[in-house]
Amino acid sequence: MSARVEVEEHMGFWRGYVFSTDHKTIAKQYLAIGLFWAIVGGLLAYLMRWQLAYPDTEVPGWGFIGADFYTMLVTMHGTIMVFFVAMPILLGAFGNFLIPLMVGARDMAFPRLNMLSVWTFALSSLVLLISFFVPGGAAAAGWTGYPPLSAKPIYTGVDWGLNLWILALALEFASFLMGGVNFLTTTVNLRAPGLSMLRLPLLVWMQITAAVLFMLSVGPLIAGAVMLLMDRVVGTSFYLPEGGGDPLLWQHLFWFFGHPEVYVILLPGLGIMLEILPVFSRKPIFGYRPIIYSTIAAGILSFVVWAHHQFISGLDPRLAMPFSITTIFISVPFALMVFAMIATLWRGSISFPTPMLFALGTLAVFLVGGLTGVFNGSAPVDIYIHDTYFVVAHFHYTLFSVTFFAAFAGIYFWFPKMFGRMMNETLGKLHFWLTFLFFNAVFVAMFLLGLGGMMRRIANPMQYDFLQPLQPMNVFATIASILLLLGQIPFVINFFWSLVAGEVAERNPWQANTLEWSAPSPPPHGNFEIVPVVYRGPYEYSHPSVPEDWLPQDRPAVPTAGV
Amino acid sequence: MSSWLPESVSTYGGDIDAIFYLIYYVTGAWFVLTLGVTILFLIRYRRREGRRATYVHGNTLAQSAWILVPGLIVLLMDFWIDFRSAEVWAKVMGRMPSSDLRVQVTAKQFNWEMVYPGPDGQFGTADDLQLENELHVPAGKVVRVTLKSKDVIHSFFLPHVRLKQDAVPGREIEAWFEATKPGRYEIPCAELCGFGHSGMKGWLTVHPPDEYQKWVKQRWPSS
Amino acid sequence: MAEAHVMAVGVETRSVTGIPTGKLGVWWFLASEIVLFGGLIGVYIMSRLGGAGWSEMAAHLSVPIGTLNTFVLLTSSLTMVLAFAAAEKGNPKGVRTWLLLTVLLGLAFLIIKGFEWSSEIGAGFTPTAGAFWSFYYTMTGLHALHVLGGVVVNFILFLAALLGLLRGSEHRVELAGLYWHFVDIVWIFLFPLLYLSW
Repeated sequence: MSARVEVEEHMGFWRGYVFSTDHKTIAKQYLAIGLFWAIVGGLLAYLMRWQLAYPDTEVPGWGFIGADFYTMLVTMHGTIMVFFVAMPILLGAFGNFLIPLMVGARDMAFPRLNMLSVWTFALSSLVLLISFFVPGGAAAAGWTGYPPLSAKPIYTGVDWGLNLWILALALEFASFLMGGVNFLTTTVNLRAPGLSMLRLPLLVWMQITAAVLFMLSVGPLIAGAVMLLMDRVVGTSFYLPEGGGDPLLWQHLFWFFGHPEVYVILLPGLGIMLEILPVFSRKPIFGYRPIIYSTIAAGILSFVVWAHHQFISGLDPRLAMPFSITTIFISVPFALMVFAMIATLWRGSISFPTPMLFALGTLAVFLVGGLTGVFNGSAPVDIYIHDTYFVVAHFHYTLFSVTFFAAFAGIYFWFPKMFGRMMNETLGKLHFWLTFLFFNAVFVAMFLLGLGGMMRRIANPMQYDFLQPLQPMNVFATIASILLLLGQIPFVINFFWSLVAGEVAERNPWQANTLEWSAPSPPPHGNFEIVPVVYRGPYEYSHPSVPEDWLPQDRPAVPTAGV
Repeated sequence: MSSWLPESVSTYGGDIDAIFYLIYYVTGAWFVLTLGVTILFLIRYRRREGRRATYVHGNTLAQSAWILVPGLIVLLMDFWIDFRSAEVWAKVMGRMPSSDLRVQVTAKQFNWEMVYPGPDGQFGTADDLQLENELHVPAGKVVRVTLKSKDVIHSFFLPHVRLKQDAVPGREIEAWFEATKPGRYEIPCAELCGFGHSGMKGWLTVHPPDEYQKWVKQRWPSS
Repeated sequence: MAEAHVMAVGVETRSVTGIPTGKLGVWWFLASEIVLFGGLIGVYIMSRLGGAGWSEMAAHLSVPIGTLNTFVLLTSSLTMVLAFAAAEKGNPKGVRTWLLLTVLLGLAFLIIKGFEWSSEIGAGFTPTAGAFWSFYYTMTGLHALHVLGGVVVNFILFLAALLGLLRGSEHRVELAGLYWHFVDIVWIFLFPLLYLSW
């Protein structure tokens, strides 16, 4: 029963693949756009890294890069990776694909709204793409867009590029607000019989927490973005001191959203890990309830830490300590989750196919990211490392871990369910080791560069005497980054080859418990032949009462001791 | 690690570095421990014929203690770091020590304008001196800097002094330092301020006290 | 396969909590809107409390016109409630009448607002005339866009009622009503903060 045959018989190409209301197709559309932008973002990084290692030389395959172009590269790399790669892949793709399946629903609560959300996202992508080609170039005030630099075109020399940047972000926000409505409503109201909230897979908990965080934090930034656009286009002075405005206002509005936003990205990535680790340890996830409480606590705390991005911004120094304390607190729930993941491995029966390797890689990389957060959270240390490459390395360890390692884990794991075929294991393992090795090489180098004092967003480190001795580290990071990019080739080959010629997947190749594995691979429209009934929690692996080491949520009648 | 940090030449640089090292050792220990245990488990509990995983949920208090107790230790160590940090923060940012030596530093796209009050110690008088990108101070004396900006947000960064403070247009922000070792040190801008951000830098010259007097005499011959 | 036809026609009708799914969806949406307007209004309040001293500028607003508009919007919320009551009672003519009135009142609000803006701009009070005016136009502008959106939705519902398409989906009047009341409530905050505060 192939979904492709279904589509051609009943819907035709346009309704089936382009204007589809099926959450699985919408998920693939988000994935496709996200992967496209990942390639663009990676290429921008290549240009940046070459310029940093060999300033003012011709970049192979491109040409000379001036300081103005470099500033635009830095801005767009950040914007693209956060809003056009991480969000669509982790939430748009995995959230859309998995939530209805994991709750036993036939689709999202509002399929047409879902289609509108992905088309709004496609429109925002188009606007961002166009911004590269307008006179003056694309936005160049950093992904953080601080005014007054961003509020008056004359300060950057960029005119329409920044206006379109603001517009693209506004559309992106609208798209994910619409998606969030679907995620929350579907999870709350469309669960299969027997599926209580405390029997939900943790990935669903993570997705809905992320949706709530996003929906409650983005409003002030939308207001702030409207104000920024008005400063730029109408000539108001919300952020311009000469007109009575305050540049710091933007910083507050931005980071009030910006900090919850990083958890909006983080939580779905953790959710992917929390699904994969039990499957390949053949054990329940350790501490299901503590993990949920930690997630909710982290979500609430995320709204009161934002000024740790602003310690030396001109903020009253007395505010530094309260924000440092809340920042300390927020490290605890994530530490608990890391410990819970490790405790899941204890006395497990662990195997290492590619999804597991990437999940473990996420754990190791995220650990470094989280620990280096402690340096940034200490206000006096932040005096020195703020706006240096130490911060860049920290957020790449935290964000890259979920945006790439966890996303790859999810792609290798759910590829059979999404496309009905298995990916190649050898290429997968090769992809993992190359990515893991070279990622660490690039970003350990950046920690050291940050310690040396190398500032962010500079196009030429050789302009500074005190940075010249560090230049070999820049060269090292560049070479490693090129190898990191090349290391993605096995994935690209694997992905496309497996789509057409991969081994045909059975319904449940990993012998996993959650409801999506009860549907065919890939599921047709409507997902399940019969709507499942749920009898137990999602992680009943190696239960003593059954001979197999797995026990699906919808298998009837076996008495359970678990949740 | 110390070879990566630039040489510290201020009175509070050592305090800041001390907190850095404290965090480095604490997080380093957690890193080794956590990763070590993980790798141990991955090896020890590899899938083996005939051995089944142990079914345990971790939801009871006794079981979840295994993650709650380490979590509590994390919290306590973080508090300790926070407490030590608060002391250093108060020293650097909390109180502005008094000083006779004051300079106004105004940032603009793309350099620093230093204004010295001159021998009369007053700004806005005839003996004020403006230099581009040159900050001259004597070693061993507290210097107070008033930061302003003519256009966008810049950031006054003295890596060797371990000082960084944003210069925000529409505000006057005070910072201070006391340099301990004579030398010439760069003052990069550390906040993206436009296309000329890269390369925007000044120079801090720390004079031995007698040489500083000579410099003052050179600049204000009539004093 | 039968399921494909189910999917092509409509949405899931399951409701674990007993709350209609559409209503849940609208409430989540309104939560995000509350944070949007709350953020903007919060910034305005903090700026004003911070001693911005905008009273002289604010004095140029016309309290009578603002009051009229408040009355218009409040009445439109009433007609919206009456439209929903008619829908529940199975009174299609009532639904059409009250929905049309709601649309017309919404349009009236926008027209009055437009007239207000043009006379203010004509007097030289443009968005760049001062910080208060920047906030005034941004806040009332964003609100007006939301009113326009509500007018469009209500008009579509009115057309559906006219064409007899609303049978079986009367709950949509309630959902649109929730949004419309929200838009009204935002104005209840804006009016005193902009027109009546000192």
